Amino acid sequence: MLEIEGLKKAIDGHQILRGVDLSLEKGDVLAVLGPSGGGKTTLLRCLNYLERADAGTMTFLGQRMDMPSMTRRQSAEYRRHTAFVFQSFNLFSNKTALQNVTEGLIVARKMPKAQALERAMAALERVGLADKRDAYPSQLSGGQQQRVAIARAVAGQPDVIFFDEPTSALDPELIGGVLDVIQALAEDGMTMIVVTHEVHFARNVSTHVLFMDEGVALASAPTRAFFEEQKLERIQSFFRSLDRKDGQI
Amino acid sequence: MSQRVIDILISSFPRIFGQGILVTIPLTVISFSLALVVAVICAMIQIADVKGLKQLVRFYIWIIRGTPLLVQLYLVYFGLPDLGIMLPAFPCAVAVFALNEGAYCAETVRASIEAVPKGQMEAGYCVGMSYIQIMRRIVLPQAFRTAFPPLSNSLISMIKDTSLAANITVMEMFMATQRVAGRTYEHLALYSEVALIYLLFCTVITWLQRLGERKLNAMNGGNVIRA
Ligand SMILES: Nc1ncnc2c1ncn2[C@@H]1O[C@H](COP(=O)(O)OP(=O)(O)OP(=O)(O)O)[C@@H](O)[C@H]1O
Ligand SMILES: [Mg+2]
Repeated sequence: MLEIEGLKKAIDGHQILRGVDLSLEKGDVLAVLGPSGGGKTTLLRCLNYLERADAGTMTFLGQRMDMPSMTRRQSAEYRRHTAFVFQSFNLFSNKTALQNVTEGLIVARKMPKAQALERAMAALERVGLADKRDAYPSQLSGGQQQRVAIARAVAGQPDVIFFDEPTSALDPELIGGVLDVIQALAEDGMTMIVVTHEVHFARNVSTHVLFMDEGVALASAPTRAFFEEQKLERIQSFFRSLDRKDGQI
Repeated sequence: MSQRVIDILISSFPRIFGQGILVTIPLTVISFSLALVVAVICAMIQIADVKGLKQLVRFYIWIIRGTPLLVQLYLVYFGLPDLGIMLPAFPCAVAVFALNEGAYCAETVRASIEAVPKGQMEAGYCVGMSYIQIMRRIVLPQAFRTAFPPLSNSLISMIKDTSLAANITVMEMFMATQRVAGRTYEHLALYSEVALIYLLFCTVITWLQRLGERKLNAMNGGNVIRA
């Protein structure tokens, strides 16, 4: 469904992505792991054209596109099929939870108001926040804000959702609630790419794992194989260092 | 205070206050509205990084902020006629006040727009909104909340600065007072009177500012906390 070949990106003369390939089928949950600075965020941002790639082709829903030469209109059209969940939530501060979800539907997709409301309420229910519909972001906890952001993503009925470390900005006790929501989406068959440092989550929820290091996809495999038949010393040592940090894997 | 002074104060009050209502306030309101338009345009040009225009805006702000308002008034009213450009006093004053205040407010507006977290812009793109839609519905409303107190400050400054227009023959409140004082020689009493009227106007603006802030806060979900 989504296929990327030879994605390259340099920022300020630093080669951040050095030719990344990936491929995603409908219903796949691709966990992207790897050390800090490896290019995971940049990869996701290029995938949603928040950052313009220097090279690379994308095949999406059967359509082949040259990533660097996408026009504004083409990327806007493509974004109708995708959604993005940010590490720092990025809710609209001047809109309520409900308005955050309806905004894109009504303004960008020109959906009738009643239908947008209905869809937004269903999305908020899905993340367990229907009762917070009238709360502003400043009145919500980090975990609640991120769940609203997920509702906003889901409401557009995207073909794929990109998550950039959705729990990294959260207090430990709030992480579980957000991961549960993402897991439920996975179980419903949502196609997702999730950049995460939560190895447990990757292991239990993802179908595939991509390991990014220094701008290349060092390994890419189905989740079981990735964890149980891992031969690469670089990846094993990455997990050992995580082990040391928080005693879990 | 002698009866004579009291009589002068009372009889001059409608004249002075009337010029305040008829000239000072319209001059302020028109100039300030235009200044806001100038400010938003300048801010947007700087933020959207329009080549060429951006340098022009910088230059304009540099000139305006680096020269006295009174000198600007003289330049336009007494100076431009040498180039064959002759404007009546009131439009002249409006033009100078608008361009002057516009330069200061441009910086306020620009800073307020830049204070809206960039991530909200990106989130807007990701749900399919266009630059214009995001600006109008997400960024500018928040920027306006941030800019509101400093802009109120500018408005308060401006209403007092309009007294400078007396120098280019605009018959506003201060000039009306000068006329009465010139005739009666009751300087202390009359200038105190006009000072009190300015104070009254500014008090009303301050009160409106509080009201506006409360309203804007309610629209932004309490004090906007920024991540
Ligand atoms: N706007 C930028 N300007 C300069 N360098 C950047 C920029 N964005 C990213 N980089 C650099 O690109 C490299 C990859 O960054 P990226 O954010 O993609 O890594 P990451 O894998 O997401 O890391 P983390 O796990 O810390 O989020 C880093 O070395 C970073 O310093
Ligand atoms: Mg990152």
